[in-house]
Amino acid sequence: MTATQTCTYRLGEFHPFEAGGRQFLYLVPAGAIFEMDPSAAAVLSLLSEGAATHEELIGKLTQRDFAYHDATELVQELFRARVIVATDSIQEPLEAPPSDFPLQSLVMNLTNQCNLSCQYCYEFGDDKVATPEGKPKFMDMATAKASVDFLLEQSSGRKAVHITFFGGETLMNFPLLEQVVKYASRRAAEQGRQIDFSLTTNGTLLTPAIIEFLSQNRVGVTVSMDGPPDLQDKLRVFANGKGSYDIIAPRVKALIQNHRTRPITARVTLTKGVTDVVRIFRHLKDDLGFHEVGFAPVTTSPDRLYAIGERGMDGVLEEFHILADEYLEYALRGEMHGFSNVSDTIAELYQGVNKSHPCGAALGLMGVGPSGDIAPCHRFVDSDTHSLGNIATGVDRAKQADFLNRGHINNKYDCRTCWARPLCAGGCHHEAFVRYGDTGHPNLHYCDWIRDWTDTCLRIFGAISAQNPEFLEKFAERKALN
Amino acid sequence: MRHLKAINKKARRIDGLVSAMDADVVALQNQPAPQQRPHVPMGCALAFSPGWEVDSAGGTAGLCQPVERDIYDCYVTCFWPAQVPDHLNNYPDWASKCAAATKDWRNLDLVFP
Repeated sequence: MTATQTCTYRLGEFHPFEAGGRQFLYLVPAGAIFEMDPSAAAVLSLLSEGAATHEELIGKLTQRDFAYHDATELVQELFRARVIVATDSIQEPLEAPPSDFPLQSLVMNLTNQCNLSCQYCYEFGDDKVATPEGKPKFMDMATAKASVDFLLEQSSGRKAVHITFFGGETLMNFPLLEQVVKYASRRAAEQGRQIDFSLTTNGTLLTPAIIEFLSQNRVGVTVSMDGPPDLQDKLRVFANGKGSYDIIAPRVKALIQNHRTRPITARVTLTKGVTDVVRIFRHLKDDLGFHEVGFAPVTTSPDRLYAIGERGMDGVLEEFHILADEYLEYALRGEMHGFSNVSDTIAELYQGVNKSHPCGAALGLMGVGPSGDIAPCHRFVDSDTHSLGNIATGVDRAKQADFLNRGHINNKYDCRTCWARPLCAGGCHHEAFVRYGDTGHPNLHYCDWIRDWTDTCLRIFGAISAQNPEFLEKFAERKALN
Repeated sequence: MRHLKAINKKARRIDGLVSAMDADVVALQNQPAPQQRPHVPMGCALAFSPGWEVDSAGGTAGLCQPVERDIYDCYVTCFWPAQVPDHLNNYPDWASKCAAATKDWRNLDLVFP
């Protein structure tokens, strides 16, 4: 007789869901997704009425016409996969990452200057954390070179590394971008390693020559853009208040037409009054031709005029669901739909990630400002409070450890019972700081929304796995874009 | 696994671990081996139940299973009426007071056919 047979079984920690007429479960402590057959579902429904000993459980199953041997085997399988558990569930502590965690991506803020004055900007707006006073406005080549060397040196063991150019408006310092691409490509080649580049821009300064350079060097481009003219021009304005749509639209079309080496994506900031997700998506995808469009609600303290209230968010989610249904239809036909919010989540579900931290900030990713100050990510660049050192002097390991310690899922009490924590891990450090004044605070204002969205994406994942599993293989190499 | 179908990468890893538990531990198991089958004790001598053997010192103290346990090798896994009572028809309860053979073998009932 084995020890398992004297114990009392309870349900493990999982989130059940249904898709395409089949039953699935998302096993929370692992991030694993299983399709279960009716027998497994029967055990879970029995245990949902309360704990049962091995004998009771087997007894109830044999009453339901399971042969004794089949019932034992079924219970053993669920027990071994930890779908049902026998001990008090003690959350196994996630290990802290090693202190010499190798860098993978560096975000270089080439300038903190911008030619637009978007009211909600996290770098210049009311909720900004940056303190750029007295610091350089444009990065110089010496700092840029040091940053590239820093990335290559701190990423030992990685075959491929990545640089994202950021701003301010990135293209206001295009001459430096050109030089960095050349320098970094040469240095990486010398070491026999791969490096690739991407940039985020508002699109106003794109020229045919710049587009050609970006295409030739396979620089991925994300355009920050909020939609058709009436929505784009609401908050994405020049300093004189004039909207930016008419300047950007022709440049974006030229970019999409002539940059053929990487997919071009749009990144939309949702604000009060700019929540017509479906209309925005159609315009950016169908009228302008972006390959992918991703949406994120604005990061702001709740009392700003452009903040989306709770009811606004419900509306956003309804529109997300419309696009999510479309995404599934496309996927079942084997086509990519272009709604990044689904693709990014599916990519993480495919891997089965179980995060200790919400993102790679201060781990595999860091930001560098024009002054050479190192920040956990681009959103904290130029902030004295959050600086993790300087490119000239290296990373302040104590500050880095403090940042990571605060952001660790084990230190977020509210997240302990949430089934969506393997993907969310409490949400964006920067958003948390703006809302709660602490980078390690869970983003409680969007918990319901995250759970709803994760459930939606799980059901899409389940339906695809049942009806067109080959489609999921497209995600084998894809990483989430953020 | 028969009842759970792994549909993401992490689930496939769990599937691998769980399936590995079913395979028996065999010598040199890291060698590329033909598919492992579970060890089913059928009969006595071929199963090498330690009760029929001695340990390296010629005694029974160092066997990998307690010598008393071999009573059940004649009880459940094979039918050998010469050694143990007929538990299928006439004496189904003869070992009911003997939960762990090593400890409780003295409680085995005597049988008077």
